[in-house]
Amino acid sequence: MAITYTSGEQVEVYRFSLPATILIPLAAIFLQAWLPLRFRFFTIFDLPLLVTIGFATARRNPLAGLFTGGLIGILQDALTHQPIGLYGISKTVVGFGASSLGIKLDVENAGARFLLTILFYVVHEIVYFFIARVLVSLQMAWSWPHEIFSGVANAALGLVIYAMLDRVKQRT
Amino acid sequence: MESVFGRYRNLVVLVVVLFGQILGLAVQVRRARDKDSEPTRLIRVWAVGAVTPLEKTLSWVRTSSGGVWHNYFYLRGVRAENRELKREIEQMRLDQARITQDADQAHRLQALLGFKEKFISQTIAAQVIGGTGSELSRSVYIDKGDRDGIKPDMAVLTRDGIVGKVLHVYRSTSLVLLIDDQTSGVGSILEKSRLQGILRGTSSGTVVLEKVMSDETVPVGEQVLTSGGDGVFPKGLNVGTVTKVSAGSDLFLNIHVRPAADLNRLEEVLVVTKVDEKQSAPELATTVRAADILAQRLPGVPPKPEPTGAGGQSAPPKNSADQNSTSAAVPKTAPQAVPKTTKPNSTTTPGVPSAQSTPKPQTASQEQISGAGAQITSTPRKPGSAGAPVAARLSATSAQNVVANPQPAVEKKNLEKKNSPAASPSVPGETTTGTSANKTSVAKTAPPKSPASGTETSATNGVTKKPAPKPNPPNAAAIPAKPQPTSQDPPQ
Repeated sequence: MAITYTSGEQVEVYRFSLPATILIPLAAIFLQAWLPLRFRFFTIFDLPLLVTIGFATARRNPLAGLFTGGLIGILQDALTHQPIGLYGISKTVVGFGASSLGIKLDVENAGARFLLTILFYVVHEIVYFFIARVLVSLQMAWSWPHEIFSGVANAALGLVIYAMLDRVKQRT
Repeated sequence: MESVFGRYRNLVVLVVVLFGQILGLAVQVRRARDKDSEPTRLIRVWAVGAVTPLEKTLSWVRTSSGGVWHNYFYLRGVRAENRELKREIEQMRLDQARITQDADQAHRLQALLGFKEKFISQTIAAQVIGGTGSELSRSVYIDKGDRDGIKPDMAVLTRDGIVGKVLHVYRSTSLVLLIDDQTSGVGSILEKSRLQGILRGTSSGTVVLEKVMSDETVPVGEQVLTSGGDGVFPKGLNVGTVTKVSAGSDLFLNIHVRPAADLNRLEEVLVVTKVDEKQSAPELATTVRAADILAQRLPGVPPKPEPTGAGGQSAPPKNSADQNSTSAAVPKTAPQAVPKTTKPNSTTTPGVPSAQSTPKPQTASQEQISGAGAQITSTPRKPGSAGAPVAARLSATSAQNVVANPQPAVEKKNLEKKNSPAASPSVPGETTTGTSANKTSVAKTAPPKSPASGTETSATNGVTKKPAPKPNPPNAAAIPAKPQPTSQDPPQ
């Protein structure tokens, strides 16, 4: 599955309704907070990140992407006891990058989505690790095998999430 | 300039947003170090307010459906479980009898040394409704908050061991920081070696005990308890078990601990909302013990029927509950949790004291007699008030006075009679009620004295005492001189 290069004129730009824009990130954050209590393995997933990537690639607007990512990240931060901004900064970067890349790539393709998700998951973790270690002085261990495995798992789940988002997005 | 901004508008906005967030992050870190007020409180309240209602609803639905299934449909194995639990209760009664004696001894020693202890006096049960969804923030939300009386820094635990402490409190929810979070710290002590350290979480989710010197020996499997030094957890709560010991950095050991509570499967927890600090009163222990000894040495005489009212009818025999309410002059070293419904002289599990024969330590009546200035009450009793526990009203000083001074002739006679082998042999296997019988005998045989007579000065000082239980037939020969009746001694 090759990544298809497209011109700016060929790409489709989508938007989401207001309820979907509010409720889908909220549901993702809620599930991210609730499911790991019942299913321990779910901690390797990052549903808010997948929603951020899904929104960003569909809208293809870097500003919308960075603000969506930033808000989702801050909301996710607010549930933790760590300083607000760890997830906020990471997801801001991911939202901006995903929407910027969405302009240049055909992100309707499943293969492209899969690879894109792995890439942005790793970017997200690197930014998060850097901020946590340098700015907040938290002790974190970095493991490439773990990150790659988690990236693949998130990419697999992301295909399902993106397919669900495709159903609610509207063509502009 | 405008063209540059227009050309790189997205990038500029990104930089500005990132800069703003980094600035906010730095402010939070600075404020946290300065122990200042939390600047992000409003954002957290909004986020928690948006998410926790969903979690509460889902948690309620899950609990309700699970309750219907488990309580009404899926009852397989309940009978077997019931039998097993009953067996466990019997075993625990045996254990409790032993432990209570040790605890009472410890309390007496602590009282002598003037120790202050912290007791968990009030807890609130809460349900875990959600987590944070972050590996870096190991904490959970519970469904109790400010309106339920939850405050920051309250200890949270389960029946297995400690869980964490309350970090943030919202209106109807609270955030509990788990002990495996890397920002938590619990003052801990090893159970046998009594080495103290700080329990911390790591980024990988394991729990380690820090600040134990590397020249110490810590065996794998040793229990870790709270030391009480952190001001959050009372001393002696179960923390976990040592699973691995290795040489750490610097001069300290790297001790891995498996938490006693399963932090990955938390459902219901207890929040300690009130901790009392008490100091055992030395005079209490002394008073009770002196009175106990005296009561044990006094002979027993069966009571006469009590005439009630003007009709002179005999009073009905007292029920078992009255008999169970042994007076204060009972050994303090008896187990506490004894079912009150046990009938007198009923056969119980060997080694498990029955309710009738088991004295209850630290009862209200004991506290009453230990009141200030409580002396022997030699106030003449009303006719027919058989069983008024004179000995029970002894305070420590008065009890010593009584022992030091000559006893009345009748008492001496009874005492000799009691100590003689021929006198009232005990029935094998029968539980004794010697203490109350003895007290009653004192009441019957000792002549009422005026408040000013002898060393037994009258000074009731408002001390109220329940009538002594109806004594059993004299089996006082089975009563040992020590406070613990031998027929009730639990197996060691």
